[in-house]
Amino acid sequence: MKFLEKIVDKLEPNFEKGGKYEKWFPLFDGFATFLFTPKHTTKKGVHIRDAVDLKRTMNTVIIAMVPCLLFGIWNTGYQHYNALGLTEEFGVLDQILFGALKVIPVVIVSYVVGLGVEFGFCIAKGHPIEEGFLVSGMLIPLIVPADTPLWMVAVATIFSVVFVKEVFGGTGMNILNPALTARAFLFFAYPKQLSGDSAWVNMELPDGYSYAENGTVVLNELGQKVGQVDAIAGATQLSRFNASIGAMKDKAEELGEAVGANAQAFDAGLDKLAKKYELWESFVGVIPGSIGETSVIAILIGAGFLLHTGVGSLKIMLSGIFGAVFMTIIFNTAGLNPYMTVGPLEHLFAGGFMFGLVFMATDPVSAAQTEVGKVIYGFFIGLFCIMIRVFNPAYPEGMMLAILFMNVMAPLIDHYVIQNNIKQRLERLKLNTANH
Amino acid sequence: MSVQIKLRKGADIKLQGVASRIKVDAPPSDVVAIKPSDFHGVIPKLILREGAKVKAGTPIFFDKENDRIKFSSPVSGEIIEIVRGARRVILEIKIKIDKTNSFEDFGTTDVTKVPVEDLKNKLLNSGLWTFIKQRPFNCIANPDDQPKAVFVSGFDSSPLAPDYDFLLEGREEDFQLGIDALAKFARNGFVNLNIPAEKVLRFNSTDLFSYTDDVGREIEVDYKTASNVAASHGAAKALQSLKNKYGKASTVFTKAKNVSLGEISGQHPAGNVGIQIHHINPVNKGEVVWTVNAQDVAMIGEFLRTGNFNAKKVIALTGSEVALPRYYSVTLGQNLESIFEGNLKESEDTPRFISGNPLTGTKVEKDGYLGAYDSQLTVLPEGNKYDLFGWAVPIQPNKFSLSRTLWSWIMPSKAYRLNTNMNGEQRAFVVTGEYEKLLPMSIFPVQLLKSCLVEDIDAMEGLGIYEIVPEDIALCEFACTSKQPAQEILQTGLDLVKKECA
Repeated sequence: MKFLEKIVDKLEPNFEKGGKYEKWFPLFDGFATFLFTPKHTTKKGVHIRDAVDLKRTMNTVIIAMVPCLLFGIWNTGYQHYNALGLTEEFGVLDQILFGALKVIPVVIVSYVVGLGVEFGFCIAKGHPIEEGFLVSGMLIPLIVPADTPLWMVAVATIFSVVFVKEVFGGTGMNILNPALTARAFLFFAYPKQLSGDSAWVNMELPDGYSYAENGTVVLNELGQKVGQVDAIAGATQLSRFNASIGAMKDKAEELGEAVGANAQAFDAGLDKLAKKYELWESFVGVIPGSIGETSVIAILIGAGFLLHTGVGSLKIMLSGIFGAVFMTIIFNTAGLNPYMTVGPLEHLFAGGFMFGLVFMATDPVSAAQTEVGKVIYGFFIGLFCIMIRVFNPAYPEGMMLAILFMNVMAPLIDHYVIQNNIKQRLERLKLNTANH
Repeated sequence: MSVQIKLRKGADIKLQGVASRIKVDAPPSDVVAIKPSDFHGVIPKLILREGAKVKAGTPIFFDKENDRIKFSSPVSGEIIEIVRGARRVILEIKIKIDKTNSFEDFGTTDVTKVPVEDLKNKLLNSGLWTFIKQRPFNCIANPDDQPKAVFVSGFDSSPLAPDYDFLLEGREEDFQLGIDALAKFARNGFVNLNIPAEKVLRFNSTDLFSYTDDVGREIEVDYKTASNVAASHGAAKALQSLKNKYGKASTVFTKAKNVSLGEISGQHPAGNVGIQIHHINPVNKGEVVWTVNAQDVAMIGEFLRTGNFNAKKVIALTGSEVALPRYYSVTLGQNLESIFEGNLKESEDTPRFISGNPLTGTKVEKDGYLGAYDSQLTVLPEGNKYDLFGWAVPIQPNKFSLSRTLWSWIMPSKAYRLNTNMNGEQRAFVVTGEYEKLLPMSIFPVQLLKSCLVEDIDAMEGLGIYEIVPEDIALCEFACTSKQPAQEILQTGLDLVKKECA
């Protein structure tokens, strides 16, 4: 690899101060340091440095997301063929191929657009390219529905990089989690395309296949019936939970009584809750949802890796689960509507709760920074997530809003934790002066 | 009187090149140098000029801010050169040693009877006062203060640190005299002396030692075999005998009188006197604690006993690039070339010479001079080389990380040959909780550093800047993912607070 080193050495003067391409130094530096750890040595302070750097840390997080990505690719294909009733005709390889063709373009668009914007800012401001987006660029594809139009992914990525990160000063300075803000942007800007039951599963027929007249039967090239369309295949766990409240209200209206006052209406809601997916299915992740969020197993593998390497915070993850379970138990006890009867495990495995908790809530920049603060921060994320889900049917995915809300609150939590330390010091001083 | 402190935070960094327990006299050097930069914050005013003849203990310059604080020659000879840098700042004062070996005579002192003011004056005039430092700020103590306590750490926990028990072997009497003198300064009337609760054994894998086996034979083994306890009964026995011999703090410390003995357990920075003060008698705003290095206590003791400034100390020559790492008896300000020369391993890498330890030491040239407060020299390989995908490869035998993002955690007892590469580039603070794990103090280090960066003095005071000095945060700087210069940031903050508030 000596020849590569020589190339870098030879090119470097052109990009340094006073060189021909001085302006492009951040770009050159970005590529050179991707290839090599630079030969900089310690100048002041410690003479030896730990082998960890931000590139390695970010790389660790990306590796932790790989199980989710791989599972998401397969599951995208599986949900597609399953909804059309074609899993017999199209096996695992076809499913992976279909998923890959859907997911990989989203990943590419997210990275190319996001890094492009970052590079532009770095060159304009003359600061080095920081590694933060390497993680955001992988997170964005994993939290959008597989069928999201690529231009929407691009717009959301640009929005989050510019308005969430760069205007605050770049990596390490943002208040909100950039990837999650991109998701929130999509959610609020394109609600029609990206929520409801139709967003999650691709229902386009493969070439040569056609619907029979009634639209629920799929025919192959020879006109034989090969599949049966699953009418509610696209419904996620959360929309099913949500529907229970709607069903109760409808029934109550039908009976002409106040909502909740009627046992019959309540039962109608409970009927809607009747399980479409077994608990283990949502644990394994063979359910519709955003690309990377469905499989709790894949998420737990990632979580294990993050915790082992010390990159993810156990405090946030555990207190988040505790907060969610705490809120669920309160709701279960109250039991005022059918949604409130959903159990803790179902809540934990549904929607983006686990994915958000493991990969987004633990983002060190937007989370609380003190150790005590992390516990409080995680607890309220779990608590608010369940509260938003149950109380506000307009936003089925409570996790996104809960994390963003706590991102905003994190500096406040830290402030009080730190003030406590300052107060202790002042009290010690007072005690000491009183003694003398 | 005894306190026990258990520290759960911190980490020991194991490096190659621990000094073997062999003491030799350093080859004599012709020239010694005093470097005013060793005394942070001191503005030197020369008393003597080039060509002046000096004896050991003759004052050469004083501090412009406090003319009572004098700095004197460690040897007898002639000032041959005053090296100046930019804006005529004095960098080095070089003294050529003559053969007379003469001392300024300050007269012997009866420590029990001497009035405190006379004691102070004697130390000030002989230049020995400069070894008494103060917290906050870690500068030379102001003789007008009366400190609420005096602290001495009886061990050093930093990487490759010398064994203080070995440094002070045979100096019980002088050490005790020094302690007695220091106890007179403290408002509480004693010295806080701290020793390790369990001593960490530091040996090189090839260090040989012998033990007696079950049937009474003398058997010689190397440390690597002995520390592999699982391997054999003999190894366990060998390690046990080693522990019996070296595993306890020396009686120089444990039998010392006039002290409150503290037992500190924990990893680095447990040996830092600042950490010990924080847990035993923390410095509040407006308070002062004095600290003296253990070896300098003995030097003060000897001075009081003999009336002469005998500027000798023992230092450890350590580091992976040293052929025979061991202890040397040297003169303060000694030229280092004679120590390094012929004692370096053959290597492709250029060596880096450090006066001090790898975390807090100062880079020196091969023919440089020993730092005023240093008891250690370290030689490490420079890391001025590219490393292909160095940030991504998970298993790299020559790199070490306290985090588990690199697989160095699978070999917890391995000693490393670390080089001086930055292993990355400086970034904004991103990772949290990293510093907190390595600083056994009730202080929020990152928030304190940020308050230093924005020069918010109120925040610095609130967050405890009076209790901390750069060396306490050096381990955090080592581990920092964002490669922030933590010690430098903290020093800037301390300088600002000192200028504005003290």
